[in-house]
Amino acid sequence: MATDATIHVHHLTRVEGHGDIVAEIADGQLKEARFDIVEAPRFFEGFLRGLPPSEVTHIASRICGICAVSHKCAALKATEAALGVEISPQTNLLRRLAFHGEVLSSHLLHIYFLAAPDFLGLPSVMPLVDSDPALVRRAMRLKQIGYDLAAMVAGRHTHPVAMTIGGFSYLHDPGDFQPMRERLVAIREDLDASIELFATIDIPDLERPTEYVSLKNPDRYAFYEGDVFSSDGHRIPARRYREAIRERVVAGSTAKHARWNRPEYLVGALARFNNNYDQLHDAAKSAAERLSLHPPVHNPFMMTVAQLVECVHCVEDAIELIDEITDAGIDPAQQQSPCEPGEGWGVGAVEAPRGILFHEYEYNADGKCVAANHVIPTAQNLANLEADMRLFVPTIADQSTDRIQHLLEMLVRAYDPCISCSVH
Amino acid sequence: MATERTIGRFAHRPQVAFFDFACCEGCQLSVLQLEENLLEILEHVDVVTWREAMSEESSEYDIAFCEGSITREEDIERIKRIREKAEVLVTLGSCASGGCHNELKNQWSMEEMTGLVYGDHADEIDTIPSRPISAVVDVDYQTFGCPVSLPEFVTVVKRILTGQSYDPPNQPVCVECKHNDYLCVFEKGTVCLGPVTRCGCGAICTAYGDPCRGCRGLMDSANLGALLKAWTREQAHAILGKVVERYGFTEEEILARVRVYNNWPELELPDLSPEEAGPDGD
Repeated sequence: MATDATIHVHHLTRVEGHGDIVAEIADGQLKEARFDIVEAPRFFEGFLRGLPPSEVTHIASRICGICAVSHKCAALKATEAALGVEISPQTNLLRRLAFHGEVLSSHLLHIYFLAAPDFLGLPSVMPLVDSDPALVRRAMRLKQIGYDLAAMVAGRHTHPVAMTIGGFSYLHDPGDFQPMRERLVAIREDLDASIELFATIDIPDLERPTEYVSLKNPDRYAFYEGDVFSSDGHRIPARRYREAIRERVVAGSTAKHARWNRPEYLVGALARFNNNYDQLHDAAKSAAERLSLHPPVHNPFMMTVAQLVECVHCVEDAIELIDEITDAGIDPAQQQSPCEPGEGWGVGAVEAPRGILFHEYEYNADGKCVAANHVIPTAQNLANLEADMRLFVPTIADQSTDRIQHLLEMLVRAYDPCISCSVH
Repeated sequence: MATERTIGRFAHRPQVAFFDFACCEGCQLSVLQLEENLLEILEHVDVVTWREAMSEESSEYDIAFCEGSITREEDIERIKRIREKAEVLVTLGSCASGGCHNELKNQWSMEEMTGLVYGDHADEIDTIPSRPISAVVDVDYQTFGCPVSLPEFVTVVKRILTGQSYDPPNQPVCVECKHNDYLCVFEKGTVCLGPVTRCGCGAICTAYGDPCRGCRGLMDSANLGALLKAWTREQAHAILGKVVERYGFTEEEILARVRVYNNWPELELPDLSPEEAGPDGD
């Protein structure tokens, strides 16, 4: 181990939001390894109070510009649970389809624009605009199809406009879905090329088994709905999440940390992959094979690769969902379930691109929000990230300080942190 | 890459930086969705600082695009430093230009906010009443929306590069809504802020059956008093008779919606006492 090294990365680049890496090795001993969240809090849990359900669910998507559909749907599900609103099977299908768009756009933004430059030895994708325009255009096509798929269902990805309590404010025409279906079929070629690219890159070694937490659904690879599941063998309904997940405020961080059975746990693509591998589409399993990804995977750097596998799943499942909706036709009677504002309490849990997300709201007899709680994937991952950092630093301490710093930056980026979201 | 050339106001290829303050970063992400337009813009400028997308960084830049609201003392210092360096400062979206929902927290004391979320650690949290960037420094170009309207962003980029000014539109969203023949959201029994909100969004919300919630801010000439008088149950019949009466909204319902995006400065409510209204209720 290097005798002394001090690393302080102020406002890490190529991540969403503001975070600082702090690591210190003194006299050959690891003293410190932290990722401090220094983002400005916006206090959603404070200012949503007093607002009616229509405004709460409208504003909630603004917690995050990247995972706006996830926040919107978590808020809708919590509010619908509070008000006793049942959504139609058609709304369920359409929301699941919108999730695939969001997961694609978010994952591909991370895979190509945030993470890939590290593997290609570049500071960003900007140099590729000149040197490899074909790759940049491929990355943009892939990212854009996700936004467009979400927009096809929700009117716009950032921020959704057609999603409302009980269903949709807009009656879809399945005929409009066919051009998207054709694009999804065509995009397989771009995904194949992405898999080839990532099959050749060197992923740093770091093995640390941890607790993997995700939704679990008996019928499908869960994004929109399911129970809360831990790889340590626990499973509870989402509405009881507070019995399992405990958040705590940590000095030096405006985002909270969380624990369940262990002092830390992992959420996101790798947790879903490990917990729900069997339910992946066959094409995604083939992609995992080509990428040498076999569950359980304990290397956090593989999160980016697991995201790529999920992209294959989302494209294939989106095609199947479009076919299912087209065959069934759109039923105007299922557009929006009625909703009477009133008293109630509810929890909504979804798999945002970065992992399991909880929204919880309480409404009083006047129909006003009196309490709000949001548990964000990136916040849940922070303790796990720091545990990884503590294990990782001693294994790379014989390298130069610059190299240690670069590898730590890569580790944080592998988590694809969504920091302004985690602080909210 | 385009050959080196000068256009508009800049004697050299302009250097562009992006900065973010308290927000969801959805405006930056929306800019990334410009695709071909973005590649065309990159033919005319060099992006030298964009922390979210690039590790390259420069302390020298000509044009600063800034998103988010100012919510800490340190943000004030930071935006002032950016203002000093940038020849052109552009606010991106409503958090930076007009207020947005961040300002909802200003209804409470900051101690209540920090205590509610951070409990025993509340004292460690630096937060001040939220305000748009435009309330702290001079801004050369403003773009609006939550998220930013992309056609407006592209227009502003062109105006900057060619040395022209940009006046945001000052007509209501109703203009774009009617132009597109969308069903009036009032007909669905929902409060819509289209009549008082700055257009330029293409009426995307009403296109999908959602009401306008005023994310692009009130028009400069927006007459909140008229809005309230025209839409509240008490005044409705005097203005538009049965047509408006059937909407039957309360003042509280309308103001709750107006406040979401327009609470900076703290919303001052027009006096709606009966004697204020003329015999025709105008």
